[in-house]
Amino acid sequence: MEFGPDENQRLFDAALRGFLADRVTVDSRRAAAETGGDAALWRGLCGLGLAGLLVPEEHGGTGLGVFDAALAAEALGHAAAPTPFLGTAVLAPLALRLLGAKAQRDAWLPRLAGGEIRVAAAFGALAGTTGRCALRLEHGRLSGEVAGALEAAEATHALVALPREGMALVALDAAGVTVRPRRSVDRLRPLADLSFAAVPVEVLAGGDAGRVLDAGRVVLAAETLGAAQAMLGKAVAYAGERRQFGRAIGSFQAVKHACAEMAAALEPCRAFVWYAAHAQDRAEEEPEARMLAAHAKAHLDEVGREVARGATEVHGGMGFTELLGLPFWFKRILANRQLLGGPERCREEAAIAQGIAAA
Amino acid sequence: MDLTLSDRHRALQAEVRCFIARHGHLSPPVGGGGGRVRPDRRALDWQARLIEAGYAARFVPRAYGGHGAAPDVLEAAIIAEEFTRAGVSPGIQGQGIRMLVPTLLEVGSEEQRRRWIPPTIRGEVIWCQGYSEPEAGSDLASLRTRADVVDGRFVINGQKIWTSSAHFADMMFLLCRTEPDRPRHEGLSYLLVPMDAPGIEVRPLPTMTGHATFNEVFLTDVRVPLDAVVLGRGKGWQVANVTLRHERLLLGDAAKLAHRLHRLRGLLERTRVDGVPLIRMPHWRERLMRLQGEVLAMKCHQMRLLSEAARGQDSGLGLLVVKYAGTVLAWRLTALAVDALGDAGLPYEPHDDVAEDDEPTTWYADHMYDLGLIIGGGSSNIQKNIIAERGLGMPREPRPQGGA
Ligand SMILES: Cc1cc2nc3c(=O)[nH]c(=O)nc-3n(C[C@H](O)[C@H](O)[C@H](O)COP(=O)(O)OP(=O)(O)OC[C@H]3O[C@@H](n4cnc5c(N)ncnc54)[C@H](O)[C@@H]3O)c2cc1C
Repeated sequence: MEFGPDENQRLFDAALRGFLADRVTVDSRRAAAETGGDAALWRGLCGLGLAGLLVPEEHGGTGLGVFDAALAAEALGHAAAPTPFLGTAVLAPLALRLLGAKAQRDAWLPRLAGGEIRVAAAFGALAGTTGRCALRLEHGRLSGEVAGALEAAEATHALVALPREGMALVALDAAGVTVRPRRSVDRLRPLADLSFAAVPVEVLAGGDAGRVLDAGRVVLAAETLGAAQAMLGKAVAYAGERRQFGRAIGSFQAVKHACAEMAAALEPCRAFVWYAAHAQDRAEEEPEARMLAAHAKAHLDEVGREVARGATEVHGGMGFTELLGLPFWFKRILANRQLLGGPERCREEAAIAQGIAAA
Repeated sequence: MDLTLSDRHRALQAEVRCFIARHGHLSPPVGGGGGRVRPDRRALDWQARLIEAGYAARFVPRAYGGHGAAPDVLEAAIIAEEFTRAGVSPGIQGQGIRMLVPTLLEVGSEEQRRRWIPPTIRGEVIWCQGYSEPEAGSDLASLRTRADVVDGRFVINGQKIWTSSAHFADMMFLLCRTEPDRPRHEGLSYLLVPMDAPGIEVRPLPTMTGHATFNEVFLTDVRVPLDAVVLGRGKGWQVANVTLRHERLLLGDAAKLAHRLHRLRGLLERTRVDGVPLIRMPHWRERLMRLQGEVLAMKCHQMRLLSEAARGQDSGLGLLVVKYAGTVLAWRLTALAVDALGDAGLPYEPHDDVAEDDEPTTWYADHMYDLGLIIGGGSSNIQKNIIAERGLGMPREPRPQGGA
């Protein structure tokens, strides 16, 4: 019995964090914010095996689980790294694994593991959206439009949740597809509005699409956790250096208590994310997997926002500027909250999953 | 992450369920002002049954009357989970069992362990904690109750305050000054004192709950033998901190939070306004769900801490946040309960010597007592100082000038 990452996972985590610390800098984030991505960074991460994390070994991946993906997401969030990890390395391979037919898995999974394709994700039909989402599937062809596809810059394909059930994989360079890039609050995770005019798609309809969403929520929760930990760490460090009234601001009790409150809210989240991610890997026999995923997302959305505010406040005016790059983390946390269902929706889904509310 | 239930764990789970199905009806009522009253016959019998089955004092060595199982986080979690689910009492949770016993296991002498642990875990010897004084609350190390050695015995003089359970306790673990010339933290000793010793006077202090849950204790020339000291003279601060560590984990205990949440859900299902159960109304459900998310985080966190402890790993910051986070969350759970009870929940009839028999009084008593637990055991502000300074390594508070 071991609650938490095992030895191998800790080693992988350390390697990944080391790589990110070298590769992701204030300047590289700024450049990515302008261009919408950092292709070289993703190639490097593919070299570490990130693209194939959830792809089974027989298809060229490492065949690991959502728990490993959550650890990676935490590290990526900690580094505020601009990557297509969520769509390409989590949602797409899981959709194929859980919903795809054998021929589809054989065709697509190796391309994902090899880092050959990059997949944007449009989950409005499944996760709820305040934006436009009007999609029709007729005879294997997709028509209509969906707003706010995630990680669309440099994407070659999109994974689109379908209105009634299942998902569709679609090539973005196919005839009839229009991609309208949108710069998001989180410049490091660009969006796009997609429209389709009778575009032939690969329909994945073999299972419960909700499980792909569940895993995505846990991974976003993990990413927010990492980002919030980074912000708190920066606040504590800054409070130890910055001096006012002749002393370090971190010696003022109000500043200390603000940091203590953030730590008290954030520290328990680590175990929560581990547990929720682990439940995804055992979803067949874990009746609470969906409830845990929804709660983990909602809870990290709430705690994340408090930490994003508090840690920025500790930095004073410096926190409000781009000088230290703090807004990258701040905006990632704020934007994650709105993705794949905000906390209100997630909590309602948690209630439904327990039979407390009607579906 | 490896939480797969082994066959042994699955068997334990089945065994606990079977135990609860067979004996659950014998459980004393759950909840209600933790440790407020001396355990009655029913509670003592239940405790004996739990120890025998290995569901209480499970990891306390057999030599000291426990079940003697090797520490196993998953076992502890399975047992707690099943008891919570069934709404059955997990046994006596007083300051003796949850604080003194682990302290003696860590730093007590063999003689002290053999003498005090067995009757304490059975619930026969009830302990109270004599730390706070009128002039020494948060600043505990400034305490002035002193014990001088006269004719080969400690002679204790002073006053304690806010002493929970002192009016029915058999024993007190007392923090007092034995080396007045040493710096303040090094001049303290931790003594085990019988409450029926001549010279002890206990005066109950009424609290906002309407129960006299705590007391003033006056000590005048109280004599105890020299072997009543734990770990040695001048080591009291060290011992008190061992106890406080356990107290803070107890106060933030996630199993209690899960129990509360379980009861709270039932309350929202049963309570109706205009014929509609509250749980069917989105704003009530949203509050419940929000709290459930927070309780889940604390539950998982506790599993992590137990797992790290079993590996001998120091959880650092992880341990330090438990008291603050847990007690504030407990208060917010009971806050939802009293809101759900609404105006019909206002009739308040606390009893002093028996468990509450009506739901609103129980919830209100818990709600008020929860506030006491936010203050007691080191207030939230003190916890935040500790989290910031020891957990996050932030600059320390200015130290007071001068010594004791
Ligand atoms: C329900 C309950 C049960 C208790 N049971 C026991 C018991 O069994 N045995 C026992 O010995 N004691 C017990 N206590 C006492 C408890 O430990 C003290 O009340 C507590 O340590 C606070 O001390 P105080 O009451 O003197 O408040 P004070 O120390 O006077 O504090 C008052 C306020 O000032 C704040 N404050 C004080 N110092 C600082 C600082 N440095 N920085 C920031 N804020 C500060 C505190 O946070 C608090 O809000 C109990 C208390 C309660 C409420």
